[in-house]
Amino acid sequence: MDDLYREVILDHYKNPRGHGVIEDADASAEGVNPLCGDEVSIYVQFAPDGETVDEVKFSGRGCAISQASTSMLMEMVVGKTAQEIAELPKEELLEEVGIPLTPIRLKCALLGLGVLKVALHRAKGTPLPQEWAGLDELELK
Amino acid sequence: MVATARPALEAQRLRADFPIFDQKIHGKPLAYLDSAVTAQKPRQMLDAMHTFYETSYANVHRGVYTLSERATAEFERARGLVAAFVNAPSPRELIFTRQATEALNLVAYAWGLNNLGPGDLVVVTELEHHSNFVPWQYMAKRTGAGFRMINVNADGELDLGDLDAIAAEGQVKVVANNLVSNALGTINPVEKLAEWGHEQGAIVVVDAAQAAPHHPVDVQALGCDFLAFSAHKMCGPSGVGALWGRRELLEAMEPFNLGGHMISKVRYEETTWGELPHKFEAGTSPIAEAVGFGAAIEYLNEIGVEAIEQHEQKLAAYALERLGEIPGIKLYGPPPDRRAGIVSFNLGEIHPHDVAQILDSEGIAIRAGHHCCQPLMTRLGVAATNRASFYLYTIPEEIDRLVDGLHKVQKILG
Ligand SMILES: Cc1ncc(COP(=O)(O)O)c(C=O)c1O
Repeated sequence: MDDLYREVILDHYKNPRGHGVIEDADASAEGVNPLCGDEVSIYVQFAPDGETVDEVKFSGRGCAISQASTSMLMEMVVGKTAQEIAELPKEELLEEVGIPLTPIRLKCALLGLGVLKVALHRAKGTPLPQEWAGLDELELK
Repeated sequence: MVATARPALEAQRLRADFPIFDQKIHGKPLAYLDSAVTAQKPRQMLDAMHTFYETSYANVHRGVYTLSERATAEFERARGLVAAFVNAPSPRELIFTRQATEALNLVAYAWGLNNLGPGDLVVVTELEHHSNFVPWQYMAKRTGAGFRMINVNADGELDLGDLDAIAAEGQVKVVANNLVSNALGTINPVEKLAEWGHEQGAIVVVDAAQAAPHHPVDVQALGCDFLAFSAHKMCGPSGVGALWGRRELLEAMEPFNLGGHMISKVRYEETTWGELPHKFEAGTSPIAEAVGFGAAIEYLNEIGVEAIEQHEQKLAAYALERLGEIPGIKLYGPPPDRRAGIVSFNLGEIHPHDVAQILDSEGIAIRAGHHCCQPLMTRLGVAATNRASFYLYTIPEEIDRLVDGLHKVQKILG
């Protein structure tokens, strides 16, 4: 357990990167995990090429795992294109999070990534990964 | 409170009946503080089901052979025990369902579809579990009836001051409320609501899923028309629950599930329905589960529900006192004398998932979430709470461990 709340997780949880709202964002989406009622919104601003993520922010409420993983995600995706993010395997984020997660906590850790992919899908038509079909508890609005 | 002749319950001794406590979780003894979601099982109940399967199992109300008769007798004996437990006037008014949820859906569909329409009102409370909220919200929408909610005050108690205003808005046809709230432990004034509901000409549907395990339930004293509960929350198996309903109403209602066993006569042109309770028990029943339900009731009767309630009230008072010492904690719900053994709280801004996860590493099981009460969570302005809930096997030492665990949570995440 003490692994679960290791230093890097606590650091991102207590000092989340990219926490906030982008008014008039180029892309945004909101998601909720119906198991616990946690909500996260993600806002994306593209660079002048219209493809590369220039700025990304998130708001909402959640547990340490979901807040920390979304915070890490914010750092990972700046400078990537919408297509690259759409193709980003969840394992890459989970590796960054770096702690063993039970299926229920996996949903917490992947909430932000799912919402980001939905936002890009809406704005740019990038594909949604098939695995969201499997995460049926994750209800994306 | 009427003084009871029974001795106080000895939780430490009763724990020996529950094999689940023979194990360690993460190397620590299990402190199971989530009985409101489902209760652990005593050996007596498990043995009764096992013996039934080994010696008397067959389908019920079917065969002419000895084994089927034996199974039927045990199944019907269980029905009698469950009916008597809630002081039902007759076991024929006691229908076995899959759980409280199915019992409530049965009433919403079989009564609601034929009796609700535009101009009518369905009234629930802000304290309802989704299982007594969603079916009514849906049925109101489907029939064109209005849907209203009785709100709670800051202590999590129902505000009955709203009733006249609600009655002025339409013809109140259904009053659906719980006897004990699973989220806050509030014991609700069902008798008053039933009286008001009947003045309006409404049916009164009581969700007793959280009450039946912990608080004496008497359908005649409550004055309700329907009452639903689940075996799994009262030391019985999962997969079986009960609906008690007033005979005249059940007889006038259309069936809910259709198929085998619930019929009187099937012809190409028409089918007629069986007698109560069979009319509402289509298909093969949860047979061994019903027998287990009966055994659970015998187990609870042996201890006495009054003794269980007193034990839980003491634990709730102790928990509120000990938890109240923790800096930054927010406790929800009414004072201990008006609540069951349920304590909901939040630890500052720390998310309940994180609290529950760290407590788990200490062998302590509590619930973190919205408790299937999202309307209430909205009122409290939170997404989720932590909830510790107690039963006849809960000991004060487990509350001490909970408090120590919460200090650890604060150390890690505070
Ligand atoms: C007050 C209340 N009503 C209804 C239910 C639903 O019970 P079941 O899932 O057994 O149908 C619960 C269970 O959590 C409850 O606490």
